[in-house]
Amino acid sequence: MHYDMIIAGVGGQGILSISALIGRAALTRGWHLKQSEVHGMAQRGGAVQSHLRLSDRPIHSDLIPRGRALLILATEPLEALRYLPWLDPEKGWLVANEEPVRNMAAYPDPTTLYAAIRAFPRYFLFNADTLARQLQAPRAANVAMLGAASPRLPFEPETLEAAIAAQFARKGDSVVQSNLAVFRAARKEALRTPISLAP
Amino acid sequence: MCTQSLLLLGDEAVARAALDAGISGVYAYPGTPSTEITEYIQQDPDAIARNVHRQWCANEKTAMEEALGMSYAGKRALVCMKHVGLNVAADPFVNSAITGVGGGLVVAVADDPSMHSSQNEQDSRFYARFAYIPLLEPSTQQEAYEMVRAAFDYSEQLRLPIVVRLVTRLAHSRADVCPTPPRPENPLAPASEPSRWVLLPVHARKNWDVLTRRWPEITAASQSLPWNRFFPGPDRRLGIVAAGIAFNYLHECFPVGIPFPILKIGHYPISPTFLDTMKTAADKWLCLEEGAPFLEEQLRGPFSTPLFPIRGRLDRTLPRTGELNPDLVAKALGLNPREGPPVPRLVPPRPPSLCRRCPHADTYDFIRDVMDNYPHGRIFSDIGCYTLGALPPHNAIHTCVDMGAAITMAKGAADAGLYPSLAVIGDSTFAHSGLTGLLDAVAENSPITILILDNETTGMTGGQDSLARGRIESIVTGLGVAPDHVAVVTPLPRFRQENAQRLRAEIAYRGVSVLIARRPCIQIRKSS
Ligand SMILES: Cc1ncc(C[n+]2csc(CCOP(=O)(O)OP(=O)(O)O)c2C)c(N)n1
Repeated sequence: MHYDMIIAGVGGQGILSISALIGRAALTRGWHLKQSEVHGMAQRGGAVQSHLRLSDRPIHSDLIPRGRALLILATEPLEALRYLPWLDPEKGWLVANEEPVRNMAAYPDPTTLYAAIRAFPRYFLFNADTLARQLQAPRAANVAMLGAASPRLPFEPETLEAAIAAQFARKGDSVVQSNLAVFRAARKEALRTPISLAP
Repeated sequence: MCTQSLLLLGDEAVARAALDAGISGVYAYPGTPSTEITEYIQQDPDAIARNVHRQWCANEKTAMEEALGMSYAGKRALVCMKHVGLNVAADPFVNSAITGVGGGLVVAVADDPSMHSSQNEQDSRFYARFAYIPLLEPSTQQEAYEMVRAAFDYSEQLRLPIVVRLVTRLAHSRADVCPTPPRPENPLAPASEPSRWVLLPVHARKNWDVLTRRWPEITAASQSLPWNRFFPGPDRRLGIVAAGIAFNYLHECFPVGIPFPILKIGHYPISPTFLDTMKTAADKWLCLEEGAPFLEEQLRGPFSTPLFPIRGRLDRTLPRTGELNPDLVAKALGLNPREGPPVPRLVPPRPPSLCRRCPHADTYDFIRDVMDNYPHGRIFSDIGCYTLGALPPHNAIHTCVDMGAAITMAKGAADAGLYPSLAVIGDSTFAHSGLTGLLDAVAENSPITILILDNETTGMTGGQDSLARGRIESIVTGLGVAPDHVAVVTPLPRFRQENAQRLRAEIAYRGVSVLIARRPCIQIRKSS
């Protein structure tokens, strides 16, 4: 088993919380893990990414070589497109949040971004913020992203749910339950959407 | 199989190892990518229970000196900083090799190749070599743990400080680490040899002579340490020197085994016996090292007439600047890297920017209101979130060089006749390196206007306490700025005109004035 993925977003969106959940799940499986993070300057609203590598054998590089990532999980549509050269051209998936973060003057028209994402043979595009809000858990957009990506990840959903429960245990049962609900709803959505074929 | 494996950043592995090695104190000033070392110790229940010293210091120089004091007293201490912090700490750092140490003293320095969060990509290996201090360079989080554990023993054995060099990608990457059983702290045992510790020329000459004589011995003895290793390989057309994390990239390129002989480097200085091995093991060598072509230049020799052909950054087999990655290493090895789809042209860069409602943005608004009327005036700025004022929409500052340079450069420019000359400096940067420059300005009553941007935290590095907090007015007046020309303003849109007016008045005053723009960072307000 070897699985490489990139989590992409904007500084301040808390993408490290997604890596932390996947890291927890990997540890319960007894896998090796390398997770490269961005701290510092870029966290101030810049483009941020996390390289996450899971394997049942020792992992060498902290960075994923280009063309190897099986998944790009993006919490923002523009950021979904920034790391494409790292995506495996034959097997890679693009899972992206529709909700734009427009903290720059030159932000493109979002519909052009959606079109670029939809041009990929394997993608899932949805609005994680809307889904989280609908389930009265507005802060759970990142958990929604994890749910949406979960059908592509090398884990049973129960393993990820256990990681969510452990991560939020400190905040009480109702927070755990609402995050689990968001996770399940997003997963269901992602499973229901048929895999599109390249145009 | 490890029974208690931990998921740690490279930085955290350093911290865990230092705690397990029995440190009694960590001394540091924040700086990406080193900050998380100290933060780990600050939050660790074990460190709290033992009451390990873990407060932030004013700057890297004070940190290095306080750690040396703890070492003098017989206890183990860790000092952490980013690479440019070593410039600030250079004086005590270099001289600590002349005094030597008592309790183990480890200096963890995190370099930032590619300047992710820095103004340069200087390589700390030059400093260690310059100071005659051994340096260890881990390739993995596990090795970071093991090296730091070993470094404290090594430091006490050699009676020298030891540098552990990290780079951003190791410092900020998490992996499973297997710790070893902790060791107790050292007892108090103050040093008592003035000839070592009083660096009068008469003593220093002797110590320096001893150090230079010991250096070849230390170099030779390092051969028996596990950190530099030769791995034979059947294909002698190419040999590869791989230092630090470059070793990982090399392995990534050959998932089923590397056919070439490899010299893995993790300890500097390097025993010359390895050079003999290199001469016989391969016809030419490729140097893979993160940062500067440090080894490569040494292998080429002073006149670039090496014993065997050397490939690397200097002949541009690899880029001369910037960090390595598995793809660059693959290319240097003549392998064909894979490539995913191209980035669509519609994707613009997203540079960092000031947060919405950041107090610095309001400060720059009123500064610009005033300074737009002085096209010949200049705004000397400094390092912190407020450096982002250089970018649109603010376009408000003219310089950013090193911590503290705002005040001193403004003074130097005023000395030259530039007017108005403004300095913009954050509260933590002011505590780090602003005070002494302000004293220079006060001593000459230089016509400069200083704005201290007091967001009550060290914003850029994630919100550490600033040592100036609650003390800025008394520091400024204590250093001799006339109280009439010290004022606190609140950077909010509704005070914009009022603040601009005050600034205009202080610019008109031909002496030192200090405006303290005080409003808490919105990030710390959010998290508290
Ligand atoms: C010698 C040195 N040490 C540390 C750093 C890292 N660093 C850059 S800015 C900064 C602190 C900024 O804090 P402050 O001046 O309060 O400004 P803020 O970011 O809060 O606006 C630090 C620690 C550095 N660049 N150089």
